Amino acid sequence: MSIDAMTEIRASFFVECEELMESLHDALAILDAGDGTDETVNVVFRAVHSIKGGAGAFGLDALVGFAHRLETVLDELRAGRLDPTPGAVRLFFQAADMLHDHIRAAQSQDAPPPTGEDVLRALEGLMQAAPQAEPEAVDFTPTGLSFDPMLPQWTTPPGTSEWTIRFRPHAGLYRSGNEALLILRALAGLGDTHTTCIVPPALALDPATAEQPQLGWIITLTGDVSEADIREIFDFVTDVCDLDISPADDAADGSATDGVAAAMASPDAIPFRLAPDSIVAAANHDDPPATSPGVGEAGLAPELQPPPAPSNAAAPAPAQPASPKAEPDAAAATIRVDLDRVDRLVNLVGELVINQAMLAQSVTEAGMAENTAVMNGLEEFMMLTRDIQDGVMMIRAQPVKPLFQRMARIVREASTGVAKQVRLRTEGDQTEVDKTVIERLSDPLTHMIRNSVDHGIETPARRLAAGKPAEGVITLSASHRAGRVLIEICDDGAGIDRARVRDIAVARGLIAADAQLTEAEVDNLLFLPGFSTASQVSALSGRGVGMDVVKRAITALGGRVAIASEPGVGTKFSISLPLTLAVLDGMVVRVADQTLVVPLSSIVETATLTPQAIRRIGRSAEVLHIRGDLVPLFDLGARLGFRQARAAGDRVVILTTQEDGGRAALIVDAIMEQRQVVIKGLSRNYGRVPGVAAATILGDGKVALILDPSDLTRSSPQTAIDAIPLAG
Amino acid sequence: MGLNILAVDDSRTMRDMVRLTLASVGMNVTVAEDGVHGLELLEGSLPDAIISDINMPRLDGFGFIRAVRGIDRLRAVPILVLTTESAPELRARARDAGATGWIVKPFDPRKLVHTVQLVTG
Repeated sequence: MSIDAMTEIRASFFVECEELMESLHDALAILDAGDGTDETVNVVFRAVHSIKGGAGAFGLDALVGFAHRLETVLDELRAGRLDPTPGAVRLFFQAADMLHDHIRAAQSQDAPPPTGEDVLRALEGLMQAAPQAEPEAVDFTPTGLSFDPMLPQWTTPPGTSEWTIRFRPHAGLYRSGNEALLILRALAGLGDTHTTCIVPPALALDPATAEQPQLGWIITLTGDVSEADIREIFDFVTDVCDLDISPADDAADGSATDGVAAAMASPDAIPFRLAPDSIVAAANHDDPPATSPGVGEAGLAPELQPPPAPSNAAAPAPAQPASPKAEPDAAAATIRVDLDRVDRLVNLVGELVINQAMLAQSVTEAGMAENTAVMNGLEEFMMLTRDIQDGVMMIRAQPVKPLFQRMARIVREASTGVAKQVRLRTEGDQTEVDKTVIERLSDPLTHMIRNSVDHGIETPARRLAAGKPAEGVITLSASHRAGRVLIEICDDGAGIDRARVRDIAVARGLIAADAQLTEAEVDNLLFLPGFSTASQVSALSGRGVGMDVVKRAITALGGRVAIASEPGVGTKFSISLPLTLAVLDGMVVRVADQTLVVPLSSIVETATLTPQAIRRIGRSAEVLHIRGDLVPLFDLGARLGFRQARAAGDRVVILTTQEDGGRAALIVDAIMEQRQVVIKGLSRNYGRVPGVAAATILGDGKVALILDPSDLTRSSPQTAIDAIPLAG
Repeated sequence: MGLNILAVDDSRTMRDMVRLTLASVGMNVTVAEDGVHGLELLEGSLPDAIISDINMPRLDGFGFIRAVRGIDRLRAVPILVLTTESAPELRARARDAGATGWIVKPFDPRKLVHTVQLVTG
């Protein structure tokens, strides 16, 4: 096999490992819920077994070693000698996590992770505690590529050059698909052979006994051949034939020990000497031997061919698939495609969308009348383009399940660390989201889950005192809501201690001591930079990452995060995300003859700006007075350096939500339209531009910047935007 | 014309290894994901040899081999068991079911080819 092929299989193996880990986790979750069947245990066993098998082929010794020990314990579970108690399942979960670490280490060719010796020991301890535990029945040599470590090690030294082999097949030899003549042929390949066929005095031609083999052979083999060489040829048939192998000298004196020789040497038997050539010829597929009982012609046909007649004895009814693993049929209906190819397609479709918009604009500008063939065709083209775009985006979509499964591990590890009992429940894990969104959601989600374990769920004692079960539940759910993905992290903990949050915010100078805040506003203080309610830095949350970073990460994905909490009942974080990062719903606005796009996700409302609503604070700052609230006011034109001062006259303001939970009002000249735009990154060419998230190409072919309102109002007025040659 | 081989294994990695190994010496390999799938593929074909895993969902290797041997035209097709477990009782069970021989995973590619050639002649 070529190196390329091996590299490809190796990559494919790691993909398969991820799939196997997924079925493994699913099955463990079923066992954990107490709903396990024999098949559930089998799924777990098979997953570990397959990982071990593949790892062995690539010489991944550390992975093989770990999988092998885990498999040994699972075998006890499978045999019913070990009960899937909650404690045992918890250990299996931990072992599965470590198995996953081993897979990742093997994949990245890093040093093996901590062996997980303690977990394995604990599991093996369960095994020993089990009443009828037996010594390990599986033997496996985890040493790279090797063939059949079970081949008997023959001690007879080579050197004897002449052997006498007495061989008489039983019916089982033919029934198991073995073929005596192939064995004779293989012997002939070892050296010079003289073969004598022993035929019973009266060949039984009775159909009733036709399946009983009647022939035997005595073969004299000469050559540089060891007994092991000969035994290897008979390896598959030792249990289904009479066989005696002895040095020719011993055989010659007639003292062969077993009954084979005696039976064959029956005075009635008629020996036929066969020339080696005839054996080779007879064993040839093109010339089926008439002497092999039980072998139909069909069995030796050299190529696949339709069956002579449909056989009713064919398949037994397939067992009901109890496994949570996908049906093989479903698996067969998928293909694996290089991500680069998909991204190329996504880009091309983006170009197509832009092209279509430009064409539409040109046609409109040409003064084409409604209901003409061109306009109708254009309409259809638009719809088709949108469908193609949706379809291509779907290719990049993946279920959130693997992400959620990683969170299960976070919960297990985090709860152990703080001596709490927490179970993660997941809902809607088949919900599909863009691959990149999923990847970039991993860190914020991890932090939020840790946060829920650390701050949300109470200690078992406190929960029991509050009349709750000792075990807390964190529910992680995903669903599609109005063209977006909604991810919720809900715990049944104590809820946010608002008095304490307020005190901390005051102590940190985040709010005034006498600030009047609604409950929601208090809750949102959690997202302020630098806010941390942990009175002492715990092992979990003390990583210098606050909820503000979580919020920033989600905002960067075009997402929003909201919080809701009820004392004593729990806290819920809701994350709303776009389905894809390739297109964005935006509001196209004009500012000082420039066209800009404001992401719709950050817009709260739009309003007409009246001079009466503007309040001046200090020397240059302005705020907008809107429905009793004061919101910082920014003139986009001045902010972006398009103009010095605001032009006179009524303007439009766009109210946006900010990362810090507050709001900002942006003054624009006019709102053009609301539309979906294709996101084109700028950072590759310009680096990070303050206040600008990306760019897009509009229907008129002009480039428009997509703004990042939070960043824009945070950064200094002097921006790098002048550096960008705008077509507008 | 190369030999036609049916390889039945629930592990994609193993299927790929067997397929590429045997294809490299000119054999044509058809793959199935479990015993039921294997039997489906056998409905219209007659391979020169079958290579089967033991541990598989839906229908395991023992059941698969028994079912194959129950089909008249397939009763003499060599069936090699490919498994990581090499315990004697497992061999005995495979033999009872009708297995021709066995290969232990991880396998040496040359040995796999050699063994397939041995049982197919």
